[in-house]
Amino acid sequence: MAYIEHFLIMVCLYITLAVSLNLVIGYTGLLLLGFITFNAVGAYAAALVTLPAPVGLGMSFLVGVIASASLAAFFGFLIGLPTLKLKGDYFAVASLGLFYVTLSLLKNWSSLTRGPLGLPGIPKPSLFGYVFSTQYDILALAVILMAITIFVVYRITKSPFGRVLTAIREDELGVKAFGKNPVKYKIIALMISAAIAGMAGSLYAGYITFIDPNTFTFTDSIFVICMVVLGGLGSIRGSIAGVLIFSLLTEGIRFLNLPNETVGALRLMIFSVLLILLMQFKPLGILGEKRLRVKEID
Amino acid sequence: MLEVKNIHKEFGGIKAVDGCSFKVEKNTITALIGPNGAGKTTLFNIITGFMKQDSGKIIFNDKSHDKKVSKDISNLPDYKRARLGMSRTFQTIRLFPKMTVMENLLVAMPDSNENFFRVLFWTRGMKREEKMLVEKALELLKFVDLHAKMNELAGNLSYGQQKLLEIAKALASEPEILMLDEPAAGVNPTMLNKIHDLMLELKKRGKTILFIEHNMEFVMNLADKVVVLDYGKEIANDVPANIKNNKQVIDAYLGVCEK
Repeated sequence: MAYIEHFLIMVCLYITLAVSLNLVIGYTGLLLLGFITFNAVGAYAAALVTLPAPVGLGMSFLVGVIASASLAAFFGFLIGLPTLKLKGDYFAVASLGLFYVTLSLLKNWSSLTRGPLGLPGIPKPSLFGYVFSTQYDILALAVILMAITIFVVYRITKSPFGRVLTAIREDELGVKAFGKNPVKYKIIALMISAAIAGMAGSLYAGYITFIDPNTFTFTDSIFVICMVVLGGLGSIRGSIAGVLIFSLLTEGIRFLNLPNETVGALRLMIFSVLLILLMQFKPLGILGEKRLRVKEID
Repeated sequence: MLEVKNIHKEFGGIKAVDGCSFKVEKNTITALIGPNGAGKTTLFNIITGFMKQDSGKIIFNDKSHDKKVSKDISNLPDYKRARLGMSRTFQTIRLFPKMTVMENLLVAMPDSNENFFRVLFWTRGMKREEKMLVEKALELLKFVDLHAKMNELAGNLSYGQQKLLEIAKALASEPEILMLDEPAAGVNPTMLNKIHDLMLELKKRGKTILFIEHNMEFVMNLADKVVVLDYGKEIANDVPANIKNNKQVIDAYLGVCEK
């Protein structure tokens, strides 16, 4: 695999994840620690739908994407229902719980997921007879998914619907006082974000062609959250910037010709230092939130 | 308009509201007064559904019904009561501090464009609707004299201005009854007069107001009726002139002014 193409694909996928997570964390104010669950669920759903029998259903990539988006959205709904009455930190912990439950399911439901053995040989994505076999093909798909995600999230945040989401972040009780049911809004936001993360997962599965329960770790969740925070909560451009800065920095270390163990540790160190500096000097992230401005009317 | 019937509420053995009943007539200003801890805010929370009563009923003449038909709203969730035309402010200011003044008002209005499916299909008609809402919001902001601040973050307003914005927000849903929890607390005399005039103007426009307040001058000047609570019990319900001379009220709350 060519290095630079792989890097670009991963950047696109991370931007997709970060922007969709920003909808939940930045705009709606729900600290969704177990975000990567949706990514994992989507990847597994797509893999199991597209893999040939007896492991999978042997259906097309498109069906796989739809399945991954739906199943991930369903997981978003699942976590939404009981936990949305929980506030702040409690929601964060409950969402983390969902991640570990899901992980444990993936590891132990061997008849379905083959457990720790993972799912090898996932078919490459294909649409209308065209097989996306090269990295450029995959990159094209990743760019399209990223563009759609940015567009959808942008539209949501500029819409009256998104306005209510942000109001919920600011003061949930206040929103209720105006006759709006916050639970409904929060569940929709969670489902959208989950569906996007699910689709990103399906693309990842089709690209790498192998997934196992260890593909998706809690650290991934934290990384994406940090990228969102780094860039600025409630800012789409911020999320994109966060991913770019973080990826370029961590990938840049590779070229220092350091031993492998050092690279991993150094990455985490750079990341931590970056976060601490940011929280100290620019707590709102690199690009802060922009609010609506209405022109003066006389 | 609004009838509170024999409401009880206990917090672990402490009777916060103990059999309270009163009526609020349409197009009047009713004050709810009493010493700290008398159960005023608890009662407010129960009426608006933010808290559930142990027993008792809340009857409300809502917008959707004929004036003569009353509805028992005792078991309706908070946000549904708000939709019926019941609007409130909170004792501590509850704005959306990181949203602009204009956005604060827009969220407070009933807005069909908030439906999620309208996000992706943003039509010209919806844009027009949105523009109308902005204009309506601007009108309200002019009413409370905040239109110059519409693009500022609500959190950057002064305390008095935030109180005004709260009232404007409460008005945005065009409520039948406006419930204000200490609208005059902690504001300077100029702002106090402003809020006073605002409330009178609202009454002129046919609104009904129920409010909690400790500033007695403010209460006696404004209220058509005063309900006095003490230890969760209603001890008086009368016009201001009689309340001032009610022995029980003086003992429990007002005290004696020595001349």
